[in-house]
Amino acid sequence: MRRKKACAGSTTVAVSLAIFLVIFTAITLYTFFAKTWWFPDPITTFGRDIDQQFLRTLVITGIVFVLSQLGLAWVIFRYRGRGQRAQHIEGNLTMEVVWTLATLVLFVGLGVYAERAWAEVHFRSAVPGAVQIEVTGQQFVWNFRYPGPDGKFGRLDPKLVNASGGNPLGLDPTDPAGKDDLVVPVVAVPVNREVELLIRSQDVTHSFFVRELRLKQDAVPGLLIRIHFSATQTGQYEIPCAELCGLGHYRMRSFLTVMPQADYDKWLADQAAANQ
Amino acid sequence: MPATLTNKLELIRSGKGGGTGPPAGGDDDGGSGRGGRARVPRRAYFTGVSLGLAAILMFFMALTSSYIVRKGLGGDWQPVRLPGILWLNTLVLLASSASIEVARRKLGTGATESFRRWWGITTGLGLLFLMGQVMAWRHLAAAGVFLASNPASSFFYVLTAAHGAHLLGGVVVLFYVAFRAGQRSHITQGTAAELASIYWHFMDGLWVFLFLLLNLGR
Amino acid sequence: MVTHESGAVHAHAAPTGFIWKYIFSTDHKIIGIQYILLALVSAFVGMFLSVLMRIHLVWPNAKLPFIAGGVMTPEQYLALLTMHGSIMVFMVLTTAPQSGFGNYFLPIQIGAADMAFPVINMLSFWITFLSLLVMLAAFFVVGGAPISGWTAYPPLSALGEIAGPGQGAGQTLWVIGVAIFCGASLMGALNFITTTIDLRTKGMSLMRMPLTVWAWFLTAILGLLAFGVLLAACILLLLDRTAMTSFFIPGGLVITDQQVAHKGGSTLLWQHLFWFFGHPEVYIAILPGMGVTSHMLSTFARKPVFGYRAMVYAMCSIGFLGFCVWGHHMFVSGMSPYSALAFSLLTMSIGVPSAIKTFNWLGTLWGGQIRFTTAMLFALGFVSLFVSGGLSGLFLAQPAIDLYFHDTYFVVGHFHLIMGVAAIFGMFSALFFWFPKMFGRHLNEPLGKLHFWITFIGVYAIFMPMHYLGMAGHPRRYSDLSGANFLGPLMPVQRFISIAAFLTIAVQFIFLINFLWSLKFGKKAEKNPWEATTLEWTIPSPPPHDNFAGVEPVIYRAAYEYAQPGAVEDYVPQHLAPEQVARAR
Repeated sequence: MRRKKACAGSTTVAVSLAIFLVIFTAITLYTFFAKTWWFPDPITTFGRDIDQQFLRTLVITGIVFVLSQLGLAWVIFRYRGRGQRAQHIEGNLTMEVVWTLATLVLFVGLGVYAERAWAEVHFRSAVPGAVQIEVTGQQFVWNFRYPGPDGKFGRLDPKLVNASGGNPLGLDPTDPAGKDDLVVPVVAVPVNREVELLIRSQDVTHSFFVRELRLKQDAVPGLLIRIHFSATQTGQYEIPCAELCGLGHYRMRSFLTVMPQADYDKWLADQAAANQ
Repeated sequence: MPATLTNKLELIRSGKGGGTGPPAGGDDDGGSGRGGRARVPRRAYFTGVSLGLAAILMFFMALTSSYIVRKGLGGDWQPVRLPGILWLNTLVLLASSASIEVARRKLGTGATESFRRWWGITTGLGLLFLMGQVMAWRHLAAAGVFLASNPASSFFYVLTAAHGAHLLGGVVVLFYVAFRAGQRSHITQGTAAELASIYWHFMDGLWVFLFLLLNLGR
Repeated sequence: MVTHESGAVHAHAAPTGFIWKYIFSTDHKIIGIQYILLALVSAFVGMFLSVLMRIHLVWPNAKLPFIAGGVMTPEQYLALLTMHGSIMVFMVLTTAPQSGFGNYFLPIQIGAADMAFPVINMLSFWITFLSLLVMLAAFFVVGGAPISGWTAYPPLSALGEIAGPGQGAGQTLWVIGVAIFCGASLMGALNFITTTIDLRTKGMSLMRMPLTVWAWFLTAILGLLAFGVLLAACILLLLDRTAMTSFFIPGGLVITDQQVAHKGGSTLLWQHLFWFFGHPEVYIAILPGMGVTSHMLSTFARKPVFGYRAMVYAMCSIGFLGFCVWGHHMFVSGMSPYSALAFSLLTMSIGVPSAIKTFNWLGTLWGGQIRFTTAMLFALGFVSLFVSGGLSGLFLAQPAIDLYFHDTYFVVGHFHLIMGVAAIFGMFSALFFWFPKMFGRHLNEPLGKLHFWITFIGVYAIFMPMHYLGMAGHPRRYSDLSGANFLGPLMPVQRFISIAAFLTIAVQFIFLINFLWSLKFGKKAEKNPWEATTLEWTIPSPPPHDNFAGVEPVIYRAAYEYAQPGAVEDYVPQHLAPEQVARAR
């Protein structure tokens, strides 16, 4: 009764499929080991935590990936139809319990482990004396506001917003706290000091993203969201917009410069002078 | 727009005979597999209506949880002064639930005439409720409270309109059950009346819930 | 329609006349085919849009057909992106696996003559069709199609034309189209669930149902609970757009120096409502594929499904957990960091039932006698894709890692593999398997295998490199790589992806030709060409109008009785009475 046709050519297909799966697994492993395309180096401590957690996850998922793909390749090859009769197996409770528990412990454990880096970013607020900078997203630019020597941000009034007229944020000129506020399209921060960003948006949702900081935060209209970081490496880093905000989304970009404290002070003074 | 959407829900909700049912073999036989094949057992209509109600419930849960979340944000939330007529409307709807129950039982005992009377009363009460709701809107409009006036009023109009649209669907079903061409249908008038009353009670309960929310959760 | 007197012995006569038979048919089989054709057309439209996008991405100055002005502008790119996502998610991944194949085979596999509510079934197809037309109409209005992506986050989607081209009439049509689609899907879901609960034939207990039926059943439950929420969200968004309400638009917004009059809404509210629907939607797309894969592996490995009950429970828990994890799409949205943690752990735990499924699939193959039909190849491909696409989910489920990966190509690679390609492999598998039953002819196997091989290699070549782009930080939804300096060096990877995509999409025409050719000239199909056990193989190919010709089948055993010890044949169909089973001496 067994029809020959069903088995014809099955060895060729089985072998090719198994070989493909092995090659695919090998290429995937290689690209991760070779790090041809990789993260830029992190410049924050929690960034390094995140990278470690990434590696941990990569190892665990990598093992599961290799075992599953090679396992699939093996059963495809080993049990290809050759006229044998299939074994009657309906299940194996012990094995099922084992791999259920194993994955539960592994995956949920991984999730619990990931908490630390997240907590560092989000559960604690910025230390007192952190450098405060307000970040405003608007179609399709970033604006950064420093509170100036008085350490206070001036009042904003949406009615006064006039980007072409030089007041992109709608700074209220009648508020004394706003007199010394500095609004610039690029941001500089001192190295090794905690910086607190107050992120807001004036129109649609944007997202503040600096790859090297390992930090991303949506700028949500109607909300003022605080995040903080302390950069340990000087240099210039790009800030692309990471949430679809309209036709200019792809070119909504600014720069973050991390500089030594002295340079930073000078930069601030220069900007303030240029702004007068 | 919401009206046409909810009309679609009505179709789901009704999930019953007439134009929307399949041609059935034995009429309403209560169980499959005997005496030829009844295409669809009677209980399937009850399942269908319950599922429709579950979907409607999810729809209203989405709206009411949005209401609660939005209210929690505070800010410019200005509570709506609920027109007093809403209390009256609530009583009318509760009364209609009672009358539909009476009607259903009358049909069960075979008292067709009094079934028709009570069924008619229910339909009338339903229409009265809807008119009352429209009057409540007119009260608010006269007081200068419109859909876009503030978040609380937006939610008030959306919730009452959504409920009203569903209730209007219910009224249509009541009419249908009363005047249906029984012979062509796949379920008996008794089943249809039962299904309609389940839906009606649900809409009644839903209104009480919404009314409590609008009152207590201002 | 035929009228029936009470007590007619059997009452499911075929309608006559072309319109009632093929257009406004209430026959679940015709409706199933209609859904499949709708998905097929939509899939080719969606693929075409992605070709245009991929060309523009790597050759920004290329002259393109169908593009006003020839060279694509950023807003045109985003319009294509929005429509690609919406069409693929709603019109392909939600329709074909569930409403298409489910409609056709769920009633047959449980021994019913039709769906519980055939007219509702017919309406749900035509309303789906209407929603497709409304959505496509967005291309032809002033301003063109919307540019806010398939997720339509407000305020971008709520503010109207001022937020960008396409955000006027186009976005309104989009919202209406999606709302109509919600209505249609609710009607379909209601029908599926009622049918499964109440129309099972004698002996078809829940634990004897084929896993495909389980998958369609659970998918319908997800749909029933999820689409009402999206409908509510769409109505609120529509009111924000047309009636000046402020559900999703906060106060004090200024866009291009113009003040917005709305006040006091919450944009996160939309995200919560949308993803409360959106995450279950992922499982709506993939669960039927899981069911089909289990079905194929068992049939073509000639073995019972390994751990049938565990498979059922795993699908149930995936469905249940699917409603508890929507927040993992919102880790960087400004949501409470503590709830992010809860969402994260719940999401990680979805890995457990997913792993059960994978291991049980391997267990099903283990010790089998594998027949490599095209249907089987696609099912094996599904397993491989499910592993690859699923594991990257473990990265995204951790909020700390998602801080980096959110809205990068890593996410694009992840969901295309698991939700898009895997689900489509499920569909191909289902089509190659059931085509003989549906049309009485086989699809061409050598062409099918060629199609499988290039597609399988192709999709990996397209979507695996996207993970590397994500690791380099490449944000998604960028119409151009010139926007940031670090994107320049990634151009070769993008080129590679584009070329792989062109090849893979070109190969789909092999499938199309195979499909059309086989309808007419394919090898004639027998009743049970695959020697399978479930009910659809007990009736002629194609089945008569009322499936079982008025005879109610009786079920004697579980769905996957292959390689039974003692039986002569290596498969024992569900409907065979014990005394009919040929026993080996």
